[in-house]
Amino acid sequence: MASGFPPILTGRMTEAPGDSHTIARYEATGGYTTLRTALSGMTPEQVTEQVKASNLQGRGGAAFPTGVKWGFLAPATPRFLVVNADESEPGTFKDRQLLERDPHQLIEGTVLSAYALAVHHAFVYVRGEYPKPARRLQRAIDEAYAAGFLGSDILGSGFDLDLMVHLGAGAYICGEETALLNSLEGKRGEPRIKPPFPAVEGLYSRPTIVNNVETISNVPWIVANGGRAYASIGDPASAGTRLFSLSGHVKNPGNYEIPMDLTWRELIYDIGGGIPEGRELKCWIPGGASAPWFVPAEHLDTRVTKDDVAENGSMLGSGAVVVMDDTTNVVAAAHRIVRFFAHESCGQCTPCREGTTWLERMLWRILQGHGRPQDLDMLMDVSDNISPGLTWPPAMTTICPLGPSAVSPITSIMKYFRDEVEEMLAAGVTT
Amino acid sequence: MTAETGDRVTITIDGREHAAEPGALLIKAAEEAGTYIPRFCWHPRMKPVGMCRMCLVEVETPRGRMLTTACTMPVAEGLVVDTKSAVVEKAQEGVLEFLLINHPLDCPVCDKGGECPLQDQTMSYGPGESRFVEEKRHYEKPIPISDLVLLDRERCILCARCTRFSDEISGDPLIEFKDRGNLTQVITFPDEAFSSYFSGNTVEICPVGALTAKPYRFRARPWDLEAVESVSMVDSFGSRVSVQASQNEVLRINGVDNDPTNQGWLSDKDRFVFEAINSEHRLTTPLVKENGEFREAQWSEALELIAERLGSVRGDEVAGLGGARSTNEEAFAFGKFLRTVVVTPHLDAQLDDGLDPRFLAGTVARATVSDLEEAATILVWAADLKEELPVLYLRVRRAATELGASVVVVHPRRTGLDDVAAVKLTYRPGDGADLLGSLRSKRRARAEVTAARAALKDGPVVAIVGRTSAAERPGLAEAVAAFARDLPGAKILPVARRANVFGALDMGLSPELLPGRVPAASAQGRSALEEAWGPIPEPGGRSATPILEGLRDGAVSSLVLLGCDPARDHPRPILARQALENAGFVVALDLFLSDTAQLADVVLPLEGFAETEGTVTNLEGRVQKVNRIIPGPGRSRPAWSVLGDLSRRMGGDLGAPSAEVLMEEIATVAPAYRGLSWDRLEWGDGREGLVVPTGDGEQPLQHVPDAAALDGAGDGWALHAGRVLYDDGVLTRMSPSLAALAPRAAAYLGPADAGKVGVEAGEEVILRGPYGAVALPVGIDPTLAGGTVYVPANLPATAALGAPSHVEIERLEGGGS
Repeated sequence: MASGFPPILTGRMTEAPGDSHTIARYEATGGYTTLRTALSGMTPEQVTEQVKASNLQGRGGAAFPTGVKWGFLAPATPRFLVVNADESEPGTFKDRQLLERDPHQLIEGTVLSAYALAVHHAFVYVRGEYPKPARRLQRAIDEAYAAGFLGSDILGSGFDLDLMVHLGAGAYICGEETALLNSLEGKRGEPRIKPPFPAVEGLYSRPTIVNNVETISNVPWIVANGGRAYASIGDPASAGTRLFSLSGHVKNPGNYEIPMDLTWRELIYDIGGGIPEGRELKCWIPGGASAPWFVPAEHLDTRVTKDDVAENGSMLGSGAVVVMDDTTNVVAAAHRIVRFFAHESCGQCTPCREGTTWLERMLWRILQGHGRPQDLDMLMDVSDNISPGLTWPPAMTTICPLGPSAVSPITSIMKYFRDEVEEMLAAGVTT
Repeated sequence: MTAETGDRVTITIDGREHAAEPGALLIKAAEEAGTYIPRFCWHPRMKPVGMCRMCLVEVETPRGRMLTTACTMPVAEGLVVDTKSAVVEKAQEGVLEFLLINHPLDCPVCDKGGECPLQDQTMSYGPGESRFVEEKRHYEKPIPISDLVLLDRERCILCARCTRFSDEISGDPLIEFKDRGNLTQVITFPDEAFSSYFSGNTVEICPVGALTAKPYRFRARPWDLEAVESVSMVDSFGSRVSVQASQNEVLRINGVDNDPTNQGWLSDKDRFVFEAINSEHRLTTPLVKENGEFREAQWSEALELIAERLGSVRGDEVAGLGGARSTNEEAFAFGKFLRTVVVTPHLDAQLDDGLDPRFLAGTVARATVSDLEEAATILVWAADLKEELPVLYLRVRRAATELGASVVVVHPRRTGLDDVAAVKLTYRPGDGADLLGSLRSKRRARAEVTAARAALKDGPVVAIVGRTSAAERPGLAEAVAAFARDLPGAKILPVARRANVFGALDMGLSPELLPGRVPAASAQGRSALEEAWGPIPEPGGRSATPILEGLRDGAVSSLVLLGCDPARDHPRPILARQALENAGFVVALDLFLSDTAQLADVVLPLEGFAETEGTVTNLEGRVQKVNRIIPGPGRSRPAWSVLGDLSRRMGGDLGAPSAEVLMEEIATVAPAYRGLSWDRLEWGDGREGLVVPTGDGEQPLQHVPDAAALDGAGDGWALHAGRVLYDDGVLTRMSPSLAALAPRAAAYLGPADAGKVGVEAGEEVILRGPYGAVALPVGIDPTLAGGTVYVPANLPATAALGAPSHVEIERLEGGGS
């Protein structure tokens, strides 16, 4: 953890790593008292007010203000709350920790959110590759039902909420909220055309709020301490703390909860411990595999806030920071990421289905030493047909941002490491 | 910005303002405004999915210009669109390139080549050569996904038109996407074929040659085909078709989008029945029977013989059956021939397997198919529409799934509409009157009856009424109509199946009717007709069954058949056979040597569908034009011409130098058809067909449906003789691709009833009824009403049973062999 800062999300698991996931520990450390207070003394509107005042932004990737999103929820009933635990962005492993180590925090956040949204059915969509987090969560839900924190007439308040866990079947795209809803309905995991947005027509065509695990896990603290207290943490435009999943070529990989006002240098060198074995930092991905890359010469002393990162042409995304040192073959790294997106394309729309695979095969051919000089322009032009203009945030010819995500590593290496790619073409077959 | 004009909004496309319907999809609004936006996945009759991305355009938004798919963008006031910007062009060309990189480009051997949207758009916008140097995607190809359809996954561009059609439109989602990303493919479920009655539509709407139909594969190139618009004559729905031929052979039938009728869709029977036109079994020359054997004859000889034989008996010893498969002009000529040349009152277009002709032709408050679009509730108490009138089934299904109508289905067993029905009532044939009584009453009843009562309170109601099977009491449908008439905003659509049965009745082919929906008993109607025709016989002629009984017993000596097969189609096959065998003289005008024609003395070869020109009238009374594209085989002739020739030889005159002149006469003497002309149907306001009477005509017959006393249930097993789409009718039998699809015959019982009889599935039973007996294996149908046995009508193994109301079931001891 960042030194000297009281953590919001990870305090319990840090202090009691052995049993932070149990209801006993949760209650012993103040858990569910916020719920008790809110259900007995706050109106749903008052809960929403606190979330709005907190400036909490969605932690799934888009960083959309949560309170604003809640405000879009159409009045029709029934309506649903879906917690997105399909944590699939390569390099991201923060929600896993929240699910495994502090599931009751998520449950309490879910009940508070559902209360604020007048929702009586909530779902947690857990990625299929997370059997242990799903088990932990289910056990916690069972405990919460038994203790009267879930079910009908919660704590005698008259408020009812049923919470269900649904396991995905191994598709990255189901982290996209509308594909998630399709999957939850038992359909193919394919993103829907927006509008209508889920808040108007979501799960089973009913008004639905989809929020990330980390987002909802912040809600108990916000309601307990007030939205303003939360908003005062970190950068004014990027309120609160965030969990960053630091991985790659750093000495101390792991999840770190930090306020969003550090520089990248502080995150990578002070918190991450720097690059191992005395090697040099070459570049890093600031916000998950979809995000355009950063390089030390331009970005090391810029700040880790939503706005600063956006100004520099990338995003904080899901909070996954992947560090690459100077031994990295950037073409191979880009290929690995493009291959992931090609594999995860749902296949629904043409540019993503055909384009991502084409990009992957071009990169593979270059890696195999069969690159041609014209491949550089072709890589960029095919990318441009997926993401016209190659800007950030991306324009899209696709239905959802998965296709443009595959373009990020290509534009990144062409921007910062074009000479290396050209060298590889000139060298021909490599080993 | 221009203000809204009326209920239109102003949108700007490529710098020009247009008025558009608010909420219309941009792709459609642009097309109406004259700007074609390229597309593959979008189809005007299906929900948009925005998958192919070909229709990307730029729209102005508060956040600047954005690419969006025109097929998913509803238009609103002030929308500004650029369909031609550099960004749009690059995006569209990019999509096209993406679609082509894995496409095999085997256009020279692809059925779709020449009419392929992918090919056309590549020609228009595509690059001259490919930048793609990697290996293309490969699949085994083609693979059969049903008996009719083959799939080439390499050609497929994954637009989901076929899968959406099967899911949204036809309701049998037997094809789906499998796998994902670049490996996504359309495929059937394991061990389950794409056996849909509507599979041919997917072939037609496939924007590439991924789906091909066996009957057409490799038969022609589109540019070698001539096409003419016509109307399917497979059933009475009147689907609009494009009949396509090359070198005097019909090679393909496609659907045409006629909004009031089929909206583009066809059943596979509509589509693939053209094989029968080209059948080698078509009659090509007149046949005369000598010593029990047919020999070929000249037309003059055959007609002379008929004239002599029919002229040698009293007019009222002659009867005429048929006309329900002919055009209106032919049916009209047939009626005029019988009434004025032969001078007989005995004529019938139905074979006692339909409904009261006055009800079919002249019910009050008659519904059109378009009324289904407005209906709150649709009562379907008729045959299983999916089996007998499949495209009407699609329209009812659309009303239920897209337009929110509640459908109440009443039938002795499961029907195709059950899965979209709000209420389903199952009843034993014979108990219909009781069920009707409980629907009328307010007494406590089983839950479904209560639900049906509630649904039927919500109008407007359209009641589709017909005979659930030929074994059902003929009066029941009318009793249902009499009940339905009192429902809120009720309209009645009486249905019968045979292609032009409504036209034939409108042409007066019934002892009850004169041409143009005039009651035969109407003195005024008779005198008006006699002014044009001269004297006609008194009313009170025999209908089909009395005609056959008369032939059997000698009161009627001769029979003229126009495209009519009573030996197969009459509910009493033994009676029909005895009548034909006992008749003094039988002449059959037909396309094929049917079971009935084989018993005739003279057989005359007719030109049929695609070979003759004329009009037909569908089940809602819509008159449409059918057209000729090929000559008939051999020496076949159109029926009106044969009857005209025959009349002259009998000393009469039909005054029919052409079918078109016959239509002119119909428009004069048939009040309901007044004002109609071929010109009007082809070039005027009748392009979609005209529901008669139009403003120019009138309908003297105003038949009020009558709930006559109905027979009770009676003893024994009630028979449900429901038809299946691919029965042993002559058109199916003569279309090899369809004939192979006929289901296996069986006697179906509910599980409890099978237990009562002491039989299990597969064991043989003998069914005995008053008209015949058959031996059949037992099938178990858990959806069947108790006390009922279901035998699919008119299969080779079931035809001999006929359609009595009751049968006896006898176990075959020792079973098996």
